Amino acid sequence: MSRNGPLALIFHALFVVFMLAPIVVVCWVAFTPEGFLSIPITSFSLRWFRALANYPEFVHAFGVSLWLGALSSCVALLFAVPAALALSRYRFRGRDALSALFLSPLMIPHVVLGIAFLRFFTSVGIGGTFVALVIAHVVVVFPFALRLTLASATGMDRSVEMAAISLGADGWTMFRRVTLPAILPGIVSGWMLAFIQSFDDLTMTVFLATPGTETLPVRMFLYIQDNIDPLVTSVSASVIAVTMTVLILLDRFYGLDRVLTAKGGDAGR
Amino acid sequence: MVASNSSDTRAGLSLALPALMLFTGVVVIPLAMTVMLSFHDWGQYKGIEPVFILKNWIEIFDDPYYAEMFWRTFRVALLATLITAVFGVPEAYILNRMQGPWKGLFLLVIIGPLLISVVARTLGWALLFGGNNGLANKLLMTLGLINSPVRFMFTETGMVIALAHAMMPFMVLAVWTALQRLDPQIENAALSLGANSLTVVRRIVLPQIMPGVLSGAIIVFSLSASAFATPAIIGGRRLKVAATLAYDEFLNTLNWPLGAAVAVLLLIALVLIVVGSNALIERRYQEMFR
Repeated sequence: MSRNGPLALIFHALFVVFMLAPIVVVCWVAFTPEGFLSIPITSFSLRWFRALANYPEFVHAFGVSLWLGALSSCVALLFAVPAALALSRYRFRGRDALSALFLSPLMIPHVVLGIAFLRFFTSVGIGGTFVALVIAHVVVVFPFALRLTLASATGMDRSVEMAAISLGADGWTMFRRVTLPAILPGIVSGWMLAFIQSFDDLTMTVFLATPGTETLPVRMFLYIQDNIDPLVTSVSASVIAVTMTVLILLDRFYGLDRVLTAKGGDAGR
Repeated sequence: MVASNSSDTRAGLSLALPALMLFTGVVVIPLAMTVMLSFHDWGQYKGIEPVFILKNWIEIFDDPYYAEMFWRTFRVALLATLITAVFGVPEAYILNRMQGPWKGLFLLVIIGPLLISVVARTLGWALLFGGNNGLANKLLMTLGLINSPVRFMFTETGMVIALAHAMMPFMVLAVWTALQRLDPQIENAALSLGANSLTVVRRIVLPQIMPGVLSGAIIVFSLSASAFATPAIIGGRRLKVAATLAYDEFLNTLNWPLGAAVAVLLLIALVLIVVGSNALIERRYQEMFR
């Protein structure tokens, strides 16, 4: 196996710096004691993290994002698990069309989806509600939940299910005691990936959120439109910390490369 | 499980039915309504009128403002795609040659940002770009790469750099996946036959991973052309792209029909470009997909 030469390692180091620079800068500036943005920062302070507590709009938006992410990922799985079982086990007419439809939220630009959802929810009279946000997020995170569940369901040995049936288990018992535990890693990672996608979505949500239902990315985006100050960097640093935690969990639990390759390929947002 | 039969069809469809109903109700119908909306009329005082006219479409194709904005959208996306290819391909190759824990660690470092809030990442670029004495300018001037400060904020240059950064993980991932399928013995065979490592990369590795590079490029291009957060934050209110224009028409001007027409045109253009380049790639690399 050949090793990377020194030139390759220098390139790699510069590349890593490029990838991390904006993230590091945000987290670094968040600890400034000043009332304005200054790089490099002179000393270390938690002033702006404490200030967050006095901005209920960010705290509220964070709560909305957490709820929305958790709820829409759970609902998405309720639809995605049976769909994944259907796609992994049965060859039927229209199967390819169905799978293309289910993955379509990855191909359709989110700005188009946001507009379509806004138009639709307004005309059916639930525009601006939390329910509308949940429905929209369920659709957008569905492909992520589906793909990871599909990956586990496809690799599963079905003779264990047959054995359960032959020993007298009914369909539901078999699903609960045999199928579900076998595909659980896929379901849990699908949930986590769906949660991150929902938690981070801006482009689609910005069309649907109203002052009461603003998510954190939307609140941050609208805030940045008016001014960029240390407060919004401390919000960003907190968001980065939350995502990193889930990412590391996901990597330990399932392997980030597996998660992302199952999602990758023709993925698009 | 092999041939399609009626009991398979029944079982498959009944399991997929809830999701199918959800998607029909909440994706297919809203998209159709949006297409219809683009043919409706709108006025400052009368609001949206449900008639069927071509007004919005004629306006988009007639007014050079929209042509310029669409060209900017695709120019920025194309440049961002080129940058991700030029830097992402070698990085994926280097990453793939790393050993043990380093490989996993750097894979996490490079593709992890994909899942970190794009608002936070773009805010990072806004901080780095700053004004004339932003960190990026200071660094480039210290290194002697530039003599006078470059404007990054509210310019296409800044937009391209921030977009390339946001899309880089997709390119690295696509190339990395293609590299996994490579047989290292072929590289060793070329080396043992006297080829130097540059020749190996050019004649052996690159041709084999080209489909991966191209599919990465298609993903990056279509995501960049429809990106919203990065152009909105770096480009500001005046330097608009298709997605930010559609947003403004919907939420500021409130001219929904025109905004819908912009969005539908973006969708159609992207579908044509993606389907077209996929077809080209498949014809060019037909033998590799067998």
